[in-house]
Amino acid sequence: MAYEAVIGLECHIQLATVSKMFCGCPAEFGARPNSNVCPVCLGLPGALPVTNREAIDAAIRLGLALGSTIRDVSVFARKHYFYPDMPKNYQITQYDRPLCEGGALPVRIGDATRSFALIRVHAEEDTGKSFHPERHGDRQVSRVDFNRAGVPLLELVTQPVFREPAECAAFLTALRRLVRWLGISEGDMEKGHLRCDANVSIRPAGTQALGTKSELKNLNSIKGVEKGITAEIARQERVLASGGTIEQATLLYDADHDKLAVMRSKEHAHDYRYFPEPDLPQLAVDAAWLAAARERLAELPWTRAERFAAEYGLPAYDAGVLCDQRELADYFEEVVKEADPKKVSNWIMTEMLRHLKATQRGVSDWARNVPPHHFAFIIRSVETAQATATSAKSVLDEVFANGGDPASIYAERGIRARSSSDELLPLVRAAIEENPGPVAQYLGGKTATLGFLVGQVMKKSGGQAVPQTVKDLLEAELARRAAAR
Amino acid sequence: MSGADVWRLSATALAARVRAGDLAVADAVESGWRGPAAAWEADVHAVAHTDPGARAAASSAAARDRRTAPLAGVPVLVKDNLCTTDYPTTCGSRILAGYRPPYDATVIGRLRDHGAVVIGKGNMDEFAMGSSTEFSAYGPTRNPYDLGRVPGGSSGGPAAAVAYGLCPVGLGSDTGGSVRQPAAFCGVFGLKPTYGRLSRYGLVAFGSSLDQVGIFARHAGDVAATYAALAGPDPHDATTRQTPAPDVSRWDRGVAGLTFGWPANLWREGVEPDVVEGLEIAAVALERAGARRVAFDFMPGEYAVATYYLVATAEASSNLARFDGVRYGFRHDDAPDVRALYTRTRSAGFGPEVQRRILLGTYALSAGYYDAYYLTAQRARTRIRREYEAAFARCDCMLMPASPTLPFRLGEKTDDPLAMYLSDIFTIGANLAGIPGLTVPVGLTGANGRPPLPRAVQVLGPEDAEPVLLAAGRALEVGGDTIRLGAAHDTEFAWPTKR
Amino acid sequence: MSIDREDVKRIAELARLEIPEDRIERTARELSAVLDYAAALRRLDLEGCEPTVFAGLGAAGPAPLRADALDDVRRLTPETALAAAPEHEDDAFLVPPVVENLNP
Repeated sequence: MAYEAVIGLECHIQLATVSKMFCGCPAEFGARPNSNVCPVCLGLPGALPVTNREAIDAAIRLGLALGSTIRDVSVFARKHYFYPDMPKNYQITQYDRPLCEGGALPVRIGDATRSFALIRVHAEEDTGKSFHPERHGDRQVSRVDFNRAGVPLLELVTQPVFREPAECAAFLTALRRLVRWLGISEGDMEKGHLRCDANVSIRPAGTQALGTKSELKNLNSIKGVEKGITAEIARQERVLASGGTIEQATLLYDADHDKLAVMRSKEHAHDYRYFPEPDLPQLAVDAAWLAAARERLAELPWTRAERFAAEYGLPAYDAGVLCDQRELADYFEEVVKEADPKKVSNWIMTEMLRHLKATQRGVSDWARNVPPHHFAFIIRSVETAQATATSAKSVLDEVFANGGDPASIYAERGIRARSSSDELLPLVRAAIEENPGPVAQYLGGKTATLGFLVGQVMKKSGGQAVPQTVKDLLEAELARRAAAR
Repeated sequence: MSGADVWRLSATALAARVRAGDLAVADAVESGWRGPAAAWEADVHAVAHTDPGARAAASSAAARDRRTAPLAGVPVLVKDNLCTTDYPTTCGSRILAGYRPPYDATVIGRLRDHGAVVIGKGNMDEFAMGSSTEFSAYGPTRNPYDLGRVPGGSSGGPAAAVAYGLCPVGLGSDTGGSVRQPAAFCGVFGLKPTYGRLSRYGLVAFGSSLDQVGIFARHAGDVAATYAALAGPDPHDATTRQTPAPDVSRWDRGVAGLTFGWPANLWREGVEPDVVEGLEIAAVALERAGARRVAFDFMPGEYAVATYYLVATAEASSNLARFDGVRYGFRHDDAPDVRALYTRTRSAGFGPEVQRRILLGTYALSAGYYDAYYLTAQRARTRIRREYEAAFARCDCMLMPASPTLPFRLGEKTDDPLAMYLSDIFTIGANLAGIPGLTVPVGLTGANGRPPLPRAVQVLGPEDAEPVLLAAGRALEVGGDTIRLGAAHDTEFAWPTKR
Repeated sequence: MSIDREDVKRIAELARLEIPEDRIERTARELSAVLDYAAALRRLDLEGCEPTVFAGLGAAGPAPLRADALDDVRRLTPETALAAAPEHEDDAFLVPPVVENLNP
């Protein structure tokens, strides 16, 4: 029998706020254990939470971007379970009245855009960290660090709208792009800024009733999400194929060994005893706050990509790449004020992104050394035949590495495009004299050797010769020599 | 007054002497210890923790920085569920044995800012769960008026200390009557403010939506002075009201023209005659001072008790989840894994009454029972709030018993949880509705073959009616000349007699 | 009786309390007495009564919020944070091993 999978995702987005969700401790990472703590996030007796406005603002902006309904009154709730990394043994989260409901995330898959519907987005606090048991004298102990306890999280829950693991991966990629675009999270799954659990069930293809679902945890990379869900679908298919039934269970995915382990089954299901958090009166979001959040939201990546395509005549793919990061799109729009959009787009996608990838640096690092005005100058210098692409690129390399004004570098080095035959012919002739072997090969019919000879001339010109002219001159000169033989 | 009698002074009189330079802060702070404590404390056991060194250090700091403050040099015993850096904070529980918080509660900070000196921690029922201060892991507190009887609870320690003269002011907490009922049993004033007027930051939570820090004093003026020092918004407590606290500076303005509700249906049965007599005395005194009585029937207290024991226990089961032996307090030393750590630590660390309430609250919140118990109780709470709103549309304040009984004997109710819960029947409503209540002593009963016992009434008002309650309290305090009140003018008080 | 032996065991487990076998019956009776008393609420007309969560909600208004700023006054050093811990070492709280992986 053919099955189809029904998958829903539950994502946790760690917010990049200065302070924690309910207290003024730093929300940063890598500090000395138990140094970013106070009575509130350590759950000391008597301490009380006060909500971080910026975390709520981030949730509102994400909700607005997704087209969710933002409740004017939402309520925090306590979710109870005992665990050593939970300071209060309850988590402050939202339950029956979350901040954002509904909405959808548009995701580009291949040439189409799919919209994946959401159930809710709400704000909550993170837990601390407990570490795997280790030997301690004659017994085992676990260490606990509460630096992460109370760091703000948004929980985003999708409808069970996914059918393929690859869709889930594309969704997470788009979500990561969006949270970075909004500036609310670093969105790095490997670092735990973005975490994902998946609810997976299968049913005979073509049927409507939902099968029993399992909950998949520990999916800590986008690749891992795709592989983990694939493994779980395969497991469920094997169970059904062998005549078994799916038990409701929670499973852990081990990415290193591509294996699933059952964490707990339904008999151990929790009774979280949610009730409204009495320490926090209702959270009110009025029209003025919504308007200010909308103002801060600016243009969304997918809207901006459409505009780039329409306004600048870019292919959808290029527009998508440029709108992958907000800083990049902003940078592009600065450079196009002074240069041709298609050319700018090409330079960004080939030169700039290549450099950034090779050096592991970001758009802001680039913009610091190559302000838009300087980048535009370099691109324009090629268009106006002031410089060859080769010399322009070498100047760009240098400006990215060390900064500086490209115009003065051009002037200092006397960079210009050389295309007169008077100037270039002696170099062409010298190259032919110095490379009898390749010349013989060319004349013997191996025309591909021409590229080598062009390169030799370019080198002699210090990169300033216009390649097409060199090529023309070489061909003519070689033809003359062939004829003279 | 001789130096030896400083302990008899009201807080305001004592602070005035300190400000005038007639009394050293250290002498003011130690007056109760040098005076009545020597005779009383060993028998009454009002104090759970104190430390002469900590008192001396706090006195020096107050003398240096706050000698001109409104409460300069005023010694205050605070309930052991308010976090203090200079004394342990144990909530009368084994699970917090030896625990010393790294921070001061907001109200403690404000006491210090106003020149007062915390002289120690008052004994209490474990985690404020009780009405007799018998459920303390550190032993019971006794009523100074009759050592065979309870001081009320859960804030029995500070109430008894203020009554016998250790200090003029005490702080307690009131979740269902834990300030007003012991105030009545010990014959002192006891104010539960409007919910959100005194910060809860640093008050170890019992029922978060019901808890308020409360004030004990022998005189209405001292309650007003302490309230003025402590009340107001706190950025660390999101449930504090954001508006400025009501002005209580005219606490002695009188009650002429005020109306007080008289819901006599509530004490037609089940209330001791001495208590009813106290109500009559108070009503007459208020009328003589120019107030008008408005009689009406009011919702019976049973509904409030039922509502309370679902809401308070639900919140308590959650608030007490954090006591697990990981970060502070007691840890059971035989725990092979973390689950055993939790279960053994909590079972050995909490007393039976606390465990009973945690179980009840857990049940009320658990899957399948939430709607029937917790949600129903929260809806009933709305109904009760409306009953009070309707009553206060007809009067400025309402008279009620603070307790259906006079102080009862030690052990009388410890084996019957429900009977103990019913001793809060007249106080719980104010917590559910978030309104203020003030216990006002109306002297001592006749002897009737036992020592005379304190008797009191409770004055309830709508939100932010603290000025009205204090005016009524003051009127009853000075009205005693003509109507057989034991407690009278500023420095006079119906002191207990040591037997 | 509202609560039976099984209920007591179930909620004791949820609350991480251990009720000795010889006290279960009595506990069930005590809890039932309170719950039976609470059944009085069923006689109350609750038509139109939304649940009250926060006392004084009407006048107190919505929750005040906090600016996203550091509060170094309340922050604790690791030494202070760990001072009251029953067991700690190298800046960390120590607990017996977590044998069941029940972290949701």
